[in-house]
Amino acid sequence: MEQILSLTQAALVFGTVILFGAVGEILTEKSGNLNLGVPGIMYLGGIAGLAGSFMYEMSTANPIPLVGLLIALLCTLAASLLGGLIYSFLTITLRANQNVTGLTLTIFGSGVANFFGGAMNTMAGGVGQISVAATSGAYRATLPFLDNVGVLSSLGFMVYVALILAFVMSWFLNKTRMGLNLRSVGENPATADAVGINVTKYKYMATCIGAAITGLGGLYYVMDYIKGTWANDAGIERLGWLAVALVIFARWKPKQAIWGSYLFGVLFWLYFYIGGLTRSSQELFKMLPYVVTIVVLIVVSIRRKHENQPPESLGLPYFREDR
Amino acid sequence: MTQTHKVPFMRIAKRESMPLWHSLLIWLIGLVLALAVSAIVIYAIVHLNPIKIYTAMFEGNFGSERRAWVFLRDMVMLLCIGIGLAPAFRMRFWNIGAEGQILIGGIATAAVMIYGGATMPTWALLVLSVVVSCIAGAIWGGIPGAFKARYGTNETLFTLMMNYVAIQLTSFFVAVWENPYGSNTVGVINQQTQAGWFPAILGQKYLLNILIVMVLTVAMFIYLRYSKHGYEIAVVGESEKTARYIGINVNKVILRTMMLSGAICGLTGFITVAGSSHTISTSTAGGSGFTAIIVAWLAKFNTFVMILVAGLLVFLEKGAIQIASQYNLNDYASEMITGIILFFILGSEFFTHYRLIFRRGKEVE
Repeated sequence: MEQILSLTQAALVFGTVILFGAVGEILTEKSGNLNLGVPGIMYLGGIAGLAGSFMYEMSTANPIPLVGLLIALLCTLAASLLGGLIYSFLTITLRANQNVTGLTLTIFGSGVANFFGGAMNTMAGGVGQISVAATSGAYRATLPFLDNVGVLSSLGFMVYVALILAFVMSWFLNKTRMGLNLRSVGENPATADAVGINVTKYKYMATCIGAAITGLGGLYYVMDYIKGTWANDAGIERLGWLAVALVIFARWKPKQAIWGSYLFGVLFWLYFYIGGLTRSSQELFKMLPYVVTIVVLIVVSIRRKHENQPPESLGLPYFREDR
Repeated sequence: MTQTHKVPFMRIAKRESMPLWHSLLIWLIGLVLALAVSAIVIYAIVHLNPIKIYTAMFEGNFGSERRAWVFLRDMVMLLCIGIGLAPAFRMRFWNIGAEGQILIGGIATAAVMIYGGATMPTWALLVLSVVVSCIAGAIWGGIPGAFKARYGTNETLFTLMMNYVAIQLTSFFVAVWENPYGSNTVGVINQQTQAGWFPAILGQKYLLNILIVMVLTVAMFIYLRYSKHGYEIAVVGESEKTARYIGINVNKVILRTMMLSGAICGLTGFITVAGSSHTISTSTAGGSGFTAIIVAWLAKFNTFVMILVAGLLVFLEKGAIQIASQYNLNDYASEMITGIILFFILGSEFFTHYRLIFRRGKEVE
């Protein structure tokens, strides 16, 4: 029983990181932009939040947790928005290829984050020595009225933020005029353009705001998942790609991404809780989230159910002159 | 009332075509801008003279004979993956799965070296490794290809996921072949006997790697430009409907091309394992599978241009590692600089396809 509780908890924490990533990426992909820079954006968001709070906590003797929290949040949003802006400018305005630009963004983000992360580790006196205790503590604050509810008692508030964001995103995409417009841009930009929707504006907005949400995943990873430290171990990169996988698994629906993210968390940690596994078979177990995603991808393409398909123009550029 | 037409301040027009040297020139401008921006970034961080930094980068690549050979070895590896990706990209098939295909080829090679090392002569090991690594890569690339051809499954996402399956598979085999026990690595395979290793030619360890890739460079150039297959690939890439109309079996072309693409990436795994690292780990591909996508794309499937692009990227990487050790930085600086430079080159590509026309009809080339 205790094992199941602990697995659930690990899965919820793990799932939250990729849920942020997936919700942001769903918004981006709904505009027809396939942004493979998700890991890079998470890196940028994570390191910016950490750097911001690190600078703040270094500069004052008694850091106020709430201020650290806000500084980290602002830095994360700014950095990941900037990442989204670079991607948008290159793919939408300068018409560069989406896949190549996204992969470059991932290389860039990983470089920036690990460079500055390593530098901060050196400044702080060694790997794992960065201490942003106040800020990290603020991010790990639990909801007071859930203190006695078993598995929920130790979850930081960001877990619920991710949940709410997913619901809001679902409402926005399916129930609002702007969401409808956005989906039409992703399905068929030429038609959207013809009815007077500003395709460029929608693509820019969706990609940049999507990137900001994705960046929160990086912030949560740094502040809660690894408790306010930094290690150059490509942890964010793995999770970033899983977020991309989750978008497919959820068939571009934010609500489906919620249970999908927790399922991925269970699949990812399952090996830890199953007794009698050798180290080699553990490695095979870690393959599960990816295999499941591939199966979903195949099944969706075979069944061809209309509402499960990727946005029609996903990954394709739109130039008005090329119509 | 007379109607007035508002002329926009600036508009964009497509260029008809452009000679290769012209687009190379535009890239060069982008590259120079990128180096300038990187220099500013470097200066802002470490307050070092950027010229010194670039000299150090050159040192890191060509400072000694050994370094120059390592530079060539790594360049041809990146080039080889790019060659593998070229036919798939030409067909507008986004093979993002090179990383996995390399690892699978590497696993196959390592298996041959480990299980056949004691019984077979090196030439037989090498031939067998080539065959199995190509087959393994072809299968790994062929699976997404088959589903794309049959059901239209999104190949970008499929191949991307296959990478991580391959990475876990590699971890699995590393655990199985662990040597010595408890080290969590495979160690150097056949260190004593050097069975299955590339032989040194003219005293140079890496010459064979380079020769193989040079042959592939020429062969792929000819295949894409002058063969019937190459023509079919180009037509399918431009328009599947046209291809069907003129009687090309589109499904067959997609599957065949993806298997070829996977096979060459698998072969890269063979060259890496048998020809340079003599071991297998999850970092055998080391992200080159992703970097090569950029190489193949920027070179527009021209394998000779790929040599330049691959050379540039490896130069940056080695250079940054040199700076890192010389000035006590960490070598992730290389990824950051590579990112900046690629952003600029990607951006400058716009000007090879389009030109800007300002108001009053003044044109800017």
